[in-house]
Amino acid sequence: MTSPAPSNPAPARPAALNSAGLAKNDYKGLPSTLCPGCGHDSISSRIIDAAYALGLRPHMVLKLSGIGCSSKSPAYFLNGSHGINTVHGRMPSVTTGALLAQRGHTAIAVSGDGDTGSIGIGQFKHAVRRNVPMVYIIENNGVYGLTKGQFSATADQGQTLKYIGTNDLPALDLCAEAILAGAGFVARSFAGDAKQVTELLKAALSYKGIAVLDIISPCVTFNNHDESTKSYGYGKAHEVPIHDITFVPEFDEIRVDYEPGEVLSVRLHDGPTVQLRKLGRDYDPRSRLSALALLEGARHGGELLTGLLYLDETRPTLLDTQHVHDTPLALLPEALTRPSPQSLADVMRQFG
Amino acid sequence: MINDFTIQVATVNGSGSQTANATLVDALFHMGLPVNAKNVFPSNIKGLPTWYSIRVSGEGFTARRDDPEILVAFNAKTLDEDLRALPPGGVMFYPDHLKPAAPRDDVSLYALPANAIMKEQEVDVKFRDRMANLVYVGALAQVLGIEMTAIHDYLTRNFAGKPKVVGANYDIAVAAFEWCAVNLTKTDPYTLRRMDATAGKILIDGNTAAALGAIYGGCTVVSWYPITPATSLAEGLIEWMPKLRQDSETGKATFAIVQAEDELAAIGMLVGAGWAGARAMTSTSGPGLSLMAEFAGYAYFAEVPLVIWNVQRMGPSTGLPTRVSQGDLLSTYYLSHGDTRHVILLPATPAECFEFGWRAFDIADELQTPVFVNSDLDLGMNAWMSEPFTYPEQPMKRGKVLSAEDIVALGGRFGRYQDEDGSGVGPRTLPGNDAMGAAYFTRGTGHTELATYSERPEDWQRNLARLDRKHEHARTVVPEPVVSGEGADTGIIAMGSTHPAIVEGRVMLEREGVDTDSLRVRALPFSPAVRAFIAAHERTVVVEMNQHGQLAILLRTEYPEFATRILSVAHCDGLPLTGAFVAARVKAALPSPTRPEEVNA
Repeated sequence: MTSPAPSNPAPARPAALNSAGLAKNDYKGLPSTLCPGCGHDSISSRIIDAAYALGLRPHMVLKLSGIGCSSKSPAYFLNGSHGINTVHGRMPSVTTGALLAQRGHTAIAVSGDGDTGSIGIGQFKHAVRRNVPMVYIIENNGVYGLTKGQFSATADQGQTLKYIGTNDLPALDLCAEAILAGAGFVARSFAGDAKQVTELLKAALSYKGIAVLDIISPCVTFNNHDESTKSYGYGKAHEVPIHDITFVPEFDEIRVDYEPGEVLSVRLHDGPTVQLRKLGRDYDPRSRLSALALLEGARHGGELLTGLLYLDETRPTLLDTQHVHDTPLALLPEALTRPSPQSLADVMRQFG
Repeated sequence: MINDFTIQVATVNGSGSQTANATLVDALFHMGLPVNAKNVFPSNIKGLPTWYSIRVSGEGFTARRDDPEILVAFNAKTLDEDLRALPPGGVMFYPDHLKPAAPRDDVSLYALPANAIMKEQEVDVKFRDRMANLVYVGALAQVLGIEMTAIHDYLTRNFAGKPKVVGANYDIAVAAFEWCAVNLTKTDPYTLRRMDATAGKILIDGNTAAALGAIYGGCTVVSWYPITPATSLAEGLIEWMPKLRQDSETGKATFAIVQAEDELAAIGMLVGAGWAGARAMTSTSGPGLSLMAEFAGYAYFAEVPLVIWNVQRMGPSTGLPTRVSQGDLLSTYYLSHGDTRHVILLPATPAECFEFGWRAFDIADELQTPVFVNSDLDLGMNAWMSEPFTYPEQPMKRGKVLSAEDIVALGGRFGRYQDEDGSGVGPRTLPGNDAMGAAYFTRGTGHTELATYSERPEDWQRNLARLDRKHEHARTVVPEPVVSGEGADTGIIAMGSTHPAIVEGRVMLEREGVDTDSLRVRALPFSPAVRAFIAAHERTVVVEMNQHGQLAILLRTEYPEFATRILSVAHCDGLPLTGAFVAARVKAALPSPTRPEEVNA
């Protein structure tokens, strides 16, 4: 006997609202056009999770990207944010300009390994060098997907692709490149590790300068062979977190639920905290040399080390070194951007 | 010969002649004499020959002339060649330790004891080369009649707060001045006499003028990469921005200037800043412009306002990096791939550099597109007399920017690329607008009127047709050409820094009985007035500084019905145009008088 349908169905449960008074749906984007199962789509979902959890106001977020599969991603999250899909490899300069014009915005920039590691390596390193205050996400799959399967600069040495042949060149490690160029927040993760990606994103979004996240994001169509270090299989088998990472927003009570000595708590600018729980490694992410040594060790050992590799809170950002006005430059009133007629007369006298 | 000749100073690059030459020009200017100076210098730091040409013209002409009457030969390597080029009756000043291989008796030769003066003045050996240049300043003052007080005034202003340096330099000039009074017999006919033709005027280079214009235009983001001859424009911004654009209450900068890692990054930052609502600019030259091509097309298609100053030098390729040309007109107009056409402003004077400096931002915002300003090395890096600049007459025009209230009134939906008034320009919103529906996505790929991605043929065609309408609309927004003349049969069309040569060339033609009208194009796309001018003349001679006659090519393309009456006179050797060249070539382009035997019976 089947029970009759209720004549008065219960009202749908109201969506949970975050600290900005928004529901998770308010952080969604357009439906993805990437291949089903693409790692990039899970990263988009994590961005939605993190932005919702932090209570970001979408109109104060800028979404930026270059060209490639990864760079399509900004269309798939935060519909309420201004977005710009730029040219191949040169998203960093566009982000730099946008933040000079509109300080106060949170910039979420998505790039790929071709976009950042090949055509865009110069702009990537210079954005890091300037400490442009942005979250720089590299969706790293070691292959050009949109042009249907060529090597990028992070492709594995010795790897073979159907039409291109064998890659004879060593892979660039974008985390090492970021650390060398002066980045203050460098992390590596795996698109399949939802919790870690979300926690890293939350910390990155709360960081003051450039936060570089290199996320291994398997390409299900062109680079998901088991021998590829960017495949799901390899990622799952070789993923080694260097710590458990937990992000604690400033408005939450800081819980110390680990034994003293096992947890490293790093306070970010303006109050939020990153808690790192040791996983058998004696690793402090505040040493550049240790971070580079760790990466080098992992490369030799074939490990996919994930977690917060390096953290430095002290570097001034581009906006600090430029002494940029507190009001966004794009919104300054004319009284502040056009000097007086008297001042022009004074200048003219100097040339008379 | 009073107040009408050219002084050419030949020195060694890097020998510090800049102070001496600037002293001469400034002193002449402050004696009320119309003066123009051109620095012809090599692409080198030290050691190669450089020439500085100072023209004094009581009639007020400021174009280059080919044959300087007065030569200051302070470069051993070029002395003999420079002397050979001197016209009969000319003058040569030279240090007495340099001996001309073939002295001429049809010119006045004045040997100056430069080394003896340096020794007598006890100049430190390491400063001797540099300060020996003040010897010719003092000698020219004595022989030609330059006032020593004007020289002292300039040195005092230039070395403000360094009385010792002023004294050391001035003493050398005085020593040379006095030595010439006692030891030289004037055999040349050239004299300078005080006038009052420069009262109220300023002496300034085009790049500084452009930088000031941008500052008064509300420029807030500058990103640039060094390249001759555009660097001094950026340096002008670096010098003047902190003086004029610091918020007096907070001490914070109302601007940001970033030296980019290359030109691709420079324009990328402008794209970001312009998209986010700032008034953003860069300065570059030909090779830099080439690197900017992809982003230029992006900004054109995504409709992002920004301003690019292209201070032209001689190409193709590295070309002549320190010589002048107007060779980038076609490459700028069509910069990038696909069907791209840009707005270009063409200043001819420092006053226009200032005006276009601020106006370019209004035009870019109004049209939501990159605006290029094609200046050149001669205009940008040389000192010109100018009227003081005029303060911008209207408040800034920010174009169609919708506020949060506007979006709410529209029901939370707006058509970013919707053409509501036929101008081809749609409304935009800036990041930070908190109305629901204000955000939109910008991309270089095909899009609909609502800024959503589209590959549909009809969407693509509709978009390009609208961009074409915008280009037509731009004709009515950009500066109108300047027309002069009274209905002659022959019209001359020119642009930019050839202006002084056109002015002088027309006077020369008039003296030979050839009347001309002239039109100076001040922007692309062409205003309807350009067509009207061509239509009103039997023939139009297009005079410009490049090899292929690029302005003529564009005019013939735009007005094919007049193609056969558009004649091209192009000059391309790296040097600024002369009035004599214009006169001779325009005359040669005229039809020869019909011979009697050719008349049909």
